Amino acid sequence: MKKVTIFVSLLLVAAFLLAACGGGATETTEAPEAPPTEVAAEPFKVAVVMPSSISDLAFSQSMYDALVAIQNEMGAENFEFVYTDGMFVVDDAAAAIRDYASQGYNLVIAHGSQYGSSLVEIAPDFPETSFAHGTTVDTFTDQGITNVFAYEARSEEGGYVNGVMAALLSASNIIGVVGPIETGDAKLYVDGFKAGVLATKPDAQVNVNWTGSFSDVALASEAAQTHVNAGADALTGTAQMVVGAVGVAKEKGVAWFATQSNQESLAPEIVVASQVYKWDVVLKQIIDLINQGTLGGQSFVIDLENKGEVIEYNAGYALPEDVKAAAEAAIQGIIDGTITPLP
Amino acid sequence: MISDLFTPMVIIGILASGIRLATPYLYATIGETFGQLSGVLNLGVDGIMLMGAFSGFYVTYMTDNYWLGLLAAILTGALMGLMMAFISVTLKSEQGISGIGLYLFGLGLSDLLFQVSLGTVKTVSGFPPIDIPILSDIPVIGPIFFQQNLLVYGAYLMVPIATFILNKTTWGLKIKSVGQNPAAADALGVSVTAVRYATVTLGGIFSGVAGASLSIALLNVFQQNLTSGMGFIAVALVYFGGWRPIGMLWGSLLFSSVNALQLWVQTLGLPIPSDFATMMPYVLTILALIFAVRKVSVPAALTKIFERGEG
Repeated sequence: MKKVTIFVSLLLVAAFLLAACGGGATETTEAPEAPPTEVAAEPFKVAVVMPSSISDLAFSQSMYDALVAIQNEMGAENFEFVYTDGMFVVDDAAAAIRDYASQGYNLVIAHGSQYGSSLVEIAPDFPETSFAHGTTVDTFTDQGITNVFAYEARSEEGGYVNGVMAALLSASNIIGVVGPIETGDAKLYVDGFKAGVLATKPDAQVNVNWTGSFSDVALASEAAQTHVNAGADALTGTAQMVVGAVGVAKEKGVAWFATQSNQESLAPEIVVASQVYKWDVVLKQIIDLINQGTLGGQSFVIDLENKGEVIEYNAGYALPEDVKAAAEAAIQGIIDGTITPLP
Repeated sequence: MISDLFTPMVIIGILASGIRLATPYLYATIGETFGQLSGVLNLGVDGIMLMGAFSGFYVTYMTDNYWLGLLAAILTGALMGLMMAFISVTLKSEQGISGIGLYLFGLGLSDLLFQVSLGTVKTVSGFPPIDIPILSDIPVIGPIFFQQNLLVYGAYLMVPIATFILNKTTWGLKIKSVGQNPAAADALGVSVTAVRYATVTLGGIFSGVAGASLSIALLNVFQQNLTSGMGFIAVALVYFGGWRPIGMLWGSLLFSSVNALQLWVQTLGLPIPSDFATMMPYVLTILALIFAVRKVSVPAALTKIFERGEG
C-alpha cells in the first residue's frame, strides 16, 4: 500500500501545483533584443499582483494594459514588469507580494483594495521597496508606513457620462444596471451612472441589480435578462462577470455601456461606449517620485480631467450626433466643475 | 410594493430564469447522484464542469460546430471522471481530499489552457433556442417552457431517464446495492470496482455537459472560474434531493427560482438590501437541507473504501 500512498500524494501535489500555476499565471514580459545602448542604466522594475485575469476585459486588464503602454513608451530596456494574476485568495496574493518585494523590484503593485491589510504587514519589512495599491486613498501613513502609494478611479465621472447617453438612447425610459457588490469602485460607477440618467431624464427609471459576486457570469446573465423583461432597453454593468450580461444585451439588441476596459470586442453591434481606465497616468507620476527618492505616502486619482479616464466611443455603433454632443458636454462640465457626478 | 412581484410578467420571468439557471445544476446533480448511490462522493464536480466548459467552448470556437463542442465536453468529463474513479476506487484514496484535488486541478488547468489558447474573453454561437412547434405558441406557458435551447430540454429529459435506470434496470439496482452494502453485492458476484468506475465516469460526463451548458448554450462565453462554485452547490443539492433524480429536479429548481426571485426583488427596487437578497437562495437551501435530509437515508457505504474480505 505504501507505493500507492506515495503515488496519490504525488498526484495531489501535481494537481495543486498545476492549480497554482493556472490560478495565478506568473509571467515575465519578454524584452525584445535591445540594441546595446551607450548608457547601460538599470531598468525600472515593476511587479504587480492582480485579483482576476489580465484578460478579464475589466479591472485587472486595465492595469495590465497600462503597464504595456508604459513599456511601449519607455522602451523594454528601461522598463520591465512581471505579474501574477488570478489572485482571488488574499493570502496567496500576500505571499506573492512578499516574494516580489524580496526580489528587489523598484515598485510592487497590489492591484486590489482587499490586499491593503497585507501591505501593512509587508511594507515595513522592505523599506527600500515602494508599494502601490488601489483602489483606495489609504497610504497607511497614520500607521507610520512611508513606502505605500494609493490610487483610485473617479469611476462615477465616466458613469455619469454613460448615464447621459443611456438616458438619451432609451425609448422605454427604463435602464438596467448589473453590479457585483455594493461597494468601492462599483458603487461609485453605479451612483454616477444613475445621476447621469436622472439629470438627463428625471422621469426615467434606473433598476439596479447586485449579483453579490465578481465571478458569477450565469447570474449576471440572468440579471440582464431580468432587466430586459422589466422593460429596460439600455444596460450597463461593472466588474469581470458582466460578460454574461453583455451576451444577453447582444442577443436582445439592447444598448450596452462599458466601464474599466473597452468591451467592444464582445459585442461590436451594441456596445455604445466604454469608460476606459488609463492607470499609466498615475503610474508615471509614481515612477517619477520613486526616481526622485519618494517611496510612498501620496494618493492619486484618475479622472476625466487628467485623462486617466477616457470615454471611448464604439466607431461601429451609429451614435446620433446630438447624443454624442451631450456626452461631450457632460465630460466638459465634469472637468470644469459645473457638473458634480455624485449628488 | 411586494404586490409588484405577483404580476404575470414577473412570475413568468422568474419561472423562465429559474428553468435556465437550473440547467447546469440538473446535469451536475444527476451525474453526482449516480456516483454517490454507488458509494463515491466526488467533490471535484466544479473542476470537471470548468474543464467541460472550456473544452466545449474551445472546440466550438475553433470549429464553429457546437455539436463537436458538446462531444469534447463529454470526452473531457469522461476522462476526468475516470481519473476520479482511478484515484478513489483503484488507489482507494480518501474521497473528500482527492475530490478537492480534482477541483483545484480543473480550476487551474482550465484557466491555464484558456490563457494560452484564447488569451481573452471571446464569444461563440452556441446551441440556439428551439421553439417546439405548437407548444411554444401557447400563451404564457409557451415562452417559459418551449423556447429554450436543446441542452435545457436535455437536462429535464434526464430526470425520467435517470429515474428509470436507477429504479427499473438491473444496473440501477446493482448501483444501489454497491452503495448500501458493497460486501454483500460482491458476494453476489457484482463487481464493486466496475460499478463504481462506471458511475463515477458517468458523473464526470454529466459534469462536463453541465459546464458546456453554460459555455456553449446559456452564456456562450468562457472566463476564468466560469462556474464560480456551482459544482459545490450541486453536491449539496444531491443531499437535498435525497439521492433521487426527481429530488434533484426540485432542488435545482428551488435554488434557481429563489435566485431568479431575488433578481426581481432588486430590479423592482423592493426595500430589501442587496446583500440579503443575494443570500436568499443559500439560506433557503440550508434550511431545506436541515429539514429534508432527516427523512432520507444516506447510501450506507458513501465515502467508504471497499476492501474485499473486510466487510
